[in-house]
Amino acid sequence: MTLTLTSKDQAMLHGEHGPAVKMAMSILVRMAEVAGARELLDITGAHIDSTVYIGDAGLEFAEKLASLGAKVAVPTSLNVSGLDEHHWKEWAVPSLWAQQAHRQMVAYQSMGTTPTWTCAPYQTEMKPTFGQQIAWGESNAIVFANSVIGARTERYPDLFDICCAITGRAPAIGLHLKENRAGQLLFRLVGVPEQLQASDDFYPVLGSLIGKMALDKIPVIDGMTVRPDEDQLKAFGAGAASSGGVAMFHIVGITPEAPTLAEAFQDNSPTQTVEVTMEMLREARRELTHTDDDSLHLVVLGSPHFSLAEYKRLAPMVAGRKKHPQVKFLVTSSRAMTQLAKQAGFLHAIEDFGAQVTVDTCILTSPMLPEEIQNLMTNSAKFAYYSPGLLKKKIVFGSLQDCVDSAVAGRIVRDERLWK
Amino acid sequence: MNKPSPPAPLPSKGEGRILQGKIVIKGEARGIALVGNEPLSFWGGYDWQTGEIIDRRHMLSGEIAKGRILAIPFTRGSSTTTAVLLEAIRAGTAPAAIITTDTDFFFALASVVADELYTISLPLVALSVDDFAKLKTGDEVQVMLDGRVFVVSGKW
Repeated sequence: MTLTLTSKDQAMLHGEHGPAVKMAMSILVRMAEVAGARELLDITGAHIDSTVYIGDAGLEFAEKLASLGAKVAVPTSLNVSGLDEHHWKEWAVPSLWAQQAHRQMVAYQSMGTTPTWTCAPYQTEMKPTFGQQIAWGESNAIVFANSVIGARTERYPDLFDICCAITGRAPAIGLHLKENRAGQLLFRLVGVPEQLQASDDFYPVLGSLIGKMALDKIPVIDGMTVRPDEDQLKAFGAGAASSGGVAMFHIVGITPEAPTLAEAFQDNSPTQTVEVTMEMLREARRELTHTDDDSLHLVVLGSPHFSLAEYKRLAPMVAGRKKHPQVKFLVTSSRAMTQLAKQAGFLHAIEDFGAQVTVDTCILTSPMLPEEIQNLMTNSAKFAYYSPGLLKKKIVFGSLQDCVDSAVAGRIVRDERLWK
Repeated sequence: MNKPSPPAPLPSKGEGRILQGKIVIKGEARGIALVGNEPLSFWGGYDWQTGEIIDRRHMLSGEIAKGRILAIPFTRGSSTTTAVLLEAIRAGTAPAAIITTDTDFFFALASVVADELYTISLPLVALSVDDFAKLKTGDEVQVMLDGRVFVVSGKW
């Protein structure tokens, strides 16, 4: 199988569109060959995960492209950065680190991108449409775009997303092609009470469980008797893309490419069928918690970034209450959602409660948490999944209500009734 | 793009065996195998400053992969895996080569970008699931330019 390039691809590869396009196209073509693509296709949107500052190599890559005059060819949103530009000094971010992270932000902004600085670009005005060919990085954004919206992106890594954005091209492989979007594994919910299915903490748990079993395959979930909202689907996808490599899922009767079971599988048979029981869900929920300790230093919400609807749910839960003085309460979100929440009047109650809001970044991508914060609680499977390895912190998973109640109590409290 | 090249000479010692792999990124490397049969995210899973595997749920947690022949079936989770591996290549804390069970786009990209930026590349080979299962931590492994993997069973 060989890769055929159009004359325009060839021109880009040979430097006729400038040195930045040449570098991006060279990486794109080498990777298209690695992936066994026969051709490239046009994309009309991109989301850049490479904005996350990791170290010198990623910064050198960004600044090299920027110094060569790179400009994106399609509307392009930016993922979280390493820094809340306005509030980083309130936290433990080292100033040298902040400088480097800021240089990386400047480099990507110089390429004509839209500085959304969010891991939930699908909840901004940059949201793609059904069937749109896009090149997205950020695992939770990829799985949401493919599954919930029906836009088409392969699971792209950092550094590649920007090459696609600069050239406006992507390899014609994987989830860009309809035939590769069929379900592969069938998961049937068995005996899962509707009340649990309607609860917000069900979705991160189910996502973690499915991701762990599906790995890089496309799972199809059948037997859901409620209609999850956008934020519940977001939490499900983020869980599945953390415990596994899930880039697409179908929920029969819910997601756009799965009106029926047969359509979810494109008339193929599942390679495996798994019954999802309460016992499996309870075990998956236990695995999201990494300590028996009921001490609590920080409640953290917003991975993926908190949406306007989530601010709206949180506000009445905390209204008239105060968090415990020894517990911090942090919401991570985007500038856009936080501004909308402010305009809608949701922020007052949250601030009066004693919560802090950080925008543009996340506890996983910014070294913002001080040493004395050791015990965390969250309602996010993604935070629960990555905090022990990335931050070396203990973390407990609970519902949004559990998180609020624990912050008030000053120690971990969880309502177990729905999980009995 | 990868032109066939003459096979590298085999190590003379030991009773090795040859596994025929598929070249993902061509290169040669030699080292002691570190084998895990579950996927790994390098973001939150690999400390590029030390080469330690830090995903506390992963079977290789606490192992140092720097300079080893790392064998894991594929990556999972975060799309930042590539960026972390690129940092490790630049910092000299990366594995000497990575063996997977299928072409892993995330690892391959780190190697391609390292080649663009620093003219260093990390060899990557994919083995069949059956051949992958024959690898054991502690084996002496040589990854060859033609995609073959020469394995001498470890004695430790």
